[in-house]
Amino acid sequence: EVLCCANYPLYIRSVPTQGELKFHYTVHTSLDVVEEKISGVGKALADQRELYLGLLYPTEDYKVYGYVTNSKVKFVIVVDSSNTSLRDNEIRSMFRKLHNSFTDVMCNPFYNPGDPIQSKAFDSIVSTMMVQAF
Amino acid sequence: MSPAQWDLPPELCCRPMAFVALTGLDVVYNAIHRAIWDAFCTNRRADRVPISFKVLPGDHEYPKCRTKRTSYEWYIPKGILKTGWMNKHLNLVPALVVLFYELDWDDPQWKEKQSECATKVEIVRTSLQGRNTKVAVVLIQKKTPLPPGEDLVASERASALCGACDLSGKSLFVLPHTDHLVGYIIRLENAFYEHAQTYYYNEIRRVKSHKEFLNKTTHQLLFVRHQFKMGFFSELKQDTQNALKYYRTAYSLVHELRAHETNMLEIKTMAGFINYKICRLCFQHNTPLDAIAQFRKHIDLCKKKIGSAELAFEHTAWMSKQFQSFGDLFDEAIKLGLTAIQTQNPGFYYQQAAYYAQERKQQAGQLCSHEPGVGYPAPDPLETPTGALDFYGQRPWRQGHQSIDPPDSEKEKQGILALQVKERDVLHSELIIALLSNAVAQFKKYKCPRMKSHLMVQMGEEYYHAKDYTKALKLLDYVMCDYRTERWWSLLTSILSTALKCSYLMGQVKDYITYSMELVGRGLLIVYKVDIVICDCQNEVPEPEPDCDPASVKMAQSLWSDRISLAGNNEFTIEVQDYVPFVQCKAKFLYPSFHIDEPVQLHVYVRADCPHPVRFSKLCVSLSNQEYNQYCLLEDASKEQDILEPSTQENMCLVPGKTRKYCFKFVAKTEDVGKKIEITSVGLMLGRETARYVYLNWRGGWGDAASSHETLQASRSFKRRTRLPEQQLDWDTVTIQSSTMIISRVPKISVQLTHEPPALTNEMYCMIVTIQSEEDTVAKDIKLTAGLKPGQDANLTQSTQITLNGSEVCDDSHPALLPDIPLGDLQPGQKPLYIHCVSTGSRILLFHVAYSVSATVEGKDITCKCHKDETVTLETVVPFEVAMKFVSSKFEHLERVFVDIPFLLMMDILSASPWPIELVNSEVQLASSMTAIDQPQSQVEGVTLQTSECASECFLLKCPPVQNGTSTVASGHYFISWKRKSAFAETSVVRTIVILPHVMVENIPLYVHAELPSFGRVRESLPVRYHLENRTGLVQDVEIGVEPSDAFMFSGLKQVRMRILPGTEQEMLYNFYPLMAGYQVLPQLNISLLRFPNISGQLLRRFLPSRIFVKVTF
Repeated sequence: EVLCCANYPLYIRSVPTQGELKFHYTVHTSLDVVEEKISGVGKALADQRELYLGLLYPTEDYKVYGYVTNSKVKFVIVVDSSNTSLRDNEIRSMFRKLHNSFTDVMCNPFYNPGDPIQSKAFDSIVSTMMVQAF
Repeated sequence: MSPAQWDLPPELCCRPMAFVALTGLDVVYNAIHRAIWDAFCTNRRADRVPISFKVLPGDHEYPKCRTKRTSYEWYIPKGILKTGWMNKHLNLVPALVVLFYELDWDDPQWKEKQSECATKVEIVRTSLQGRNTKVAVVLIQKKTPLPPGEDLVASERASALCGACDLSGKSLFVLPHTDHLVGYIIRLENAFYEHAQTYYYNEIRRVKSHKEFLNKTTHQLLFVRHQFKMGFFSELKQDTQNALKYYRTAYSLVHELRAHETNMLEIKTMAGFINYKICRLCFQHNTPLDAIAQFRKHIDLCKKKIGSAELAFEHTAWMSKQFQSFGDLFDEAIKLGLTAIQTQNPGFYYQQAAYYAQERKQQAGQLCSHEPGVGYPAPDPLETPTGALDFYGQRPWRQGHQSIDPPDSEKEKQGILALQVKERDVLHSELIIALLSNAVAQFKKYKCPRMKSHLMVQMGEEYYHAKDYTKALKLLDYVMCDYRTERWWSLLTSILSTALKCSYLMGQVKDYITYSMELVGRGLLIVYKVDIVICDCQNEVPEPEPDCDPASVKMAQSLWSDRISLAGNNEFTIEVQDYVPFVQCKAKFLYPSFHIDEPVQLHVYVRADCPHPVRFSKLCVSLSNQEYNQYCLLEDASKEQDILEPSTQENMCLVPGKTRKYCFKFVAKTEDVGKKIEITSVGLMLGRETARYVYLNWRGGWGDAASSHETLQASRSFKRRTRLPEQQLDWDTVTIQSSTMIISRVPKISVQLTHEPPALTNEMYCMIVTIQSEEDTVAKDIKLTAGLKPGQDANLTQSTQITLNGSEVCDDSHPALLPDIPLGDLQPGQKPLYIHCVSTGSRILLFHVAYSVSATVEGKDITCKCHKDETVTLETVVPFEVAMKFVSSKFEHLERVFVDIPFLLMMDILSASPWPIELVNSEVQLASSMTAIDQPQSQVEGVTLQTSECASECFLLKCPPVQNGTSTVASGHYFISWKRKSAFAETSVVRTIVILPHVMVENIPLYVHAELPSFGRVRESLPVRYHLENRTGLVQDVEIGVEPSDAFMFSGLKQVRMRILPGTEQEMLYNFYPLMAGYQVLPQLNISLLRFPNISGQLLRRFLPSRIFVKVTF
């Protein structure tokens, strides 16, 4: 499940689609931790801040990972906790890929920042990532 | 079984303390015993040893000890842990029994008492048969004991008593009943504590010793049991480190047990107990991470141990309880000083507990939905002979049974059915809500607002399931706005659907309408049924929401019809700024300001986002001045007609996605000139007044909970605006103008000012105001206000005067601003004005022409008041500067003047005006201290000064004698009458007063003046007569000498000394004979006054001419 948002969702996708609402809630609640982590870092250090926030919080069934760009766009990945094939490094590279793809979307002059993302390229990146991961 | 079935037993959750029984105390009737008991049990602070005391009668029956097993060979255990075991060791089997006995060392009946005491000890011993419980004796004595070793009787009798009671010396205590009771008691209990520890130590060793008899195949259960017991005894011994070790072993052993469906519950129960103990001790040892790790391990191990599928709810209930009790432990540790963090706090455990409780509920719903005919089985399979279970976690119908298959399948079925029926009656929602609210409280503490909202949504949904719709709605409504501001529409949609159901079932018409409107509106993901809206407009009960409880629906329907039949209950106003409705509205004035003589135009844009066209019956705009509201109203003309009638309907129907514009026009009232008109709200009525209707109210004329963000997005958008067909508008381009200013009509007059700046100080400065009307009709009541523009420096107000009458000079009584000079009707003409500026500097003058004119707007005649302002900055300069000085008759500058000696007063008038100035007259008005020598007459009369020209005049004056030697006297005033020489207007004469400077007047003792011709000729005699006048009342000795000169020969006294009588004059005659032509310096006359040495010759010489012009003789 890959989602990215800036406190309100820009793009949310989840497989399987059933129980989607629950994932939405999970992502939404994870923003608490993201915000706390961002605000925890002092202003001076904000520039050198690691974009990858790591595991946000543990739940019984899912692992929630977070990533925040310098422009405060948040990416959240939720994976099943039984999925042990995904290491921290893989998650990190997934985020990096997402970020690159997101940057491409932002570079599109016809994309209006803040609008929900409706990009085929972004879609396919997310899809391949999901296929690989799950 | 009650819901409390899953609760951990209290004896597990308490802190185990050594149990010491006190006997021989009569706490009811004996005051001393009572005091002793109180000293033991009250005020047990943390610094006292952990012992739980109990008073028992001397012949108390302690639990019987089973006969010791000599061999475990044929023994098959029936369960892991007996339900009574923990309680037995906490509260029933003491580690130490203390016998209190009143006996002093010197008691007269010592022998009898000693044997009585021994009997009592024996009774206690007998009832403790087989136990290792220690016995101790405390002698309550009235006398304070002597220091040890001094009382020989005491030591002798003590050993005798020990012998009689078969006690060791360490078990005999003396408690003197004196003042220091508490101190003695504390010493006593410390001794008891040591005994108790020894007891528990021995117990541990005893349990440990069983191990060698056990074998791994048949006695697996005993391994767990023994480890648990050792852990528990260690805890009683307050040896928590070892206790933890034993419990950890027990925990790993419990998972080594062969698990099958029949004993799964027992294993899980015990695992839960041990886990609880481990976590509790870890928190106690301040190693919370260990506790968390243990708990995770526990959950991972047990998660999959569901047990019987038919009783799956038992597993989830157990899981829920595990999480809950860990949350409780965590929370308790926090209360004792542990710090938790956002991502690791008890809230997560409560949340998970709630999750399992929800699972449990769901499973219960699936597994326990029996046919109505299925009742509780009889006889009750859950009934046990003792009313309780022998072992923790066993089935009541097959206690002690440890084989893989149930012994009686029929009984098993009955038992399961009984459990299922019981489960059906459990109030799951209550459990879930309690857990959720625990979690909410925790997350609130650890700054997780979104988690809190999420849990509150869950609570709300649970209340909905529990049919407590009021509470559900309250919670949902509370969080809804969070989700709305966070713009998570997908989540909001689901919350709204639940809320909608609640409001429907409660018959809350207004809420129902609000939620349905928001659901139909934009942003939300699901396309909701639109007919709700139509339904809203009808006076009907709406269709029930899907998936509602049928019974509740029925109730709701009757509620609805009740509500509807109630009059006045069918009108709802919804303030849209808190919601995102399906209709958007923007209202704007066409311009930021309107002139009074043009109609105010107002456009209202309305757009529907729902998938179907919507009709409305009324659109009204309320403005800050409510009188205009009547003009901004659009109503369905066909009020009573069928809705589907076309005619005006076209206009009142909103097509989805299209923006409709409604224009309103009204003529502003003349009173509102200069006022602001604001759109206070726009109302849109759905439904009809005859039936139920909803009134959507946009405060300020636009905007709902989502629009501010949308506007921002639209403004950022790079999207090319596609050209929409005629009459259609792009919604995003509509800007808001929610207020307008009514301003007065544009005046059609011209105001011209003719004048010649700058103004001169004190002048009556003339300004001519020309007003010309360009109106089509008569301009009436023209009024001119002229003068200093208000709001300038206050000094300017005082130094500026305005008048219409230029012939006389203004004084302070004239105002700085001349208001409302009536000019009558349309008399285009001129008006001269005179301004008197007393000080220099620039000032802004205001000319305000006001008039009224009638105009026709939209067929309405209105009288418009118009005004035109004209301002001019006027510079004021000084017209001329007057310089005055006193000079001697020789035009030498005088610092002081001498009495009776003539001098000149000289004035220089320097023009600073850019315009020519005509000096009309000038006059000196002398003070009494000065007199003019001849008739002073103006010498500058009629002189015209151009810029920077200078006019001078002088007056010959002298001072009469003054009282004492010297004094400063006033000279008087100098008047200059002048006027601006102007071709433009008749100017009036201004009289400027200049105050003459003060001057120092001095008496002089000797006055010298010379009489000589105006010129001499070379080599011709030049007679010069010097007069020396004594002005004092004294005879003066004067020495006079004439210095030789190159230019003159002279005859006369060269050096003389003489006396001059008071008031007389001495004449000295000299004949000078000039030798050279031209201006020649006369021979210098040296005069020295012997009586007045300070009067120098130099001073006196000033009265005498120093040079003379000598002509050449031919």
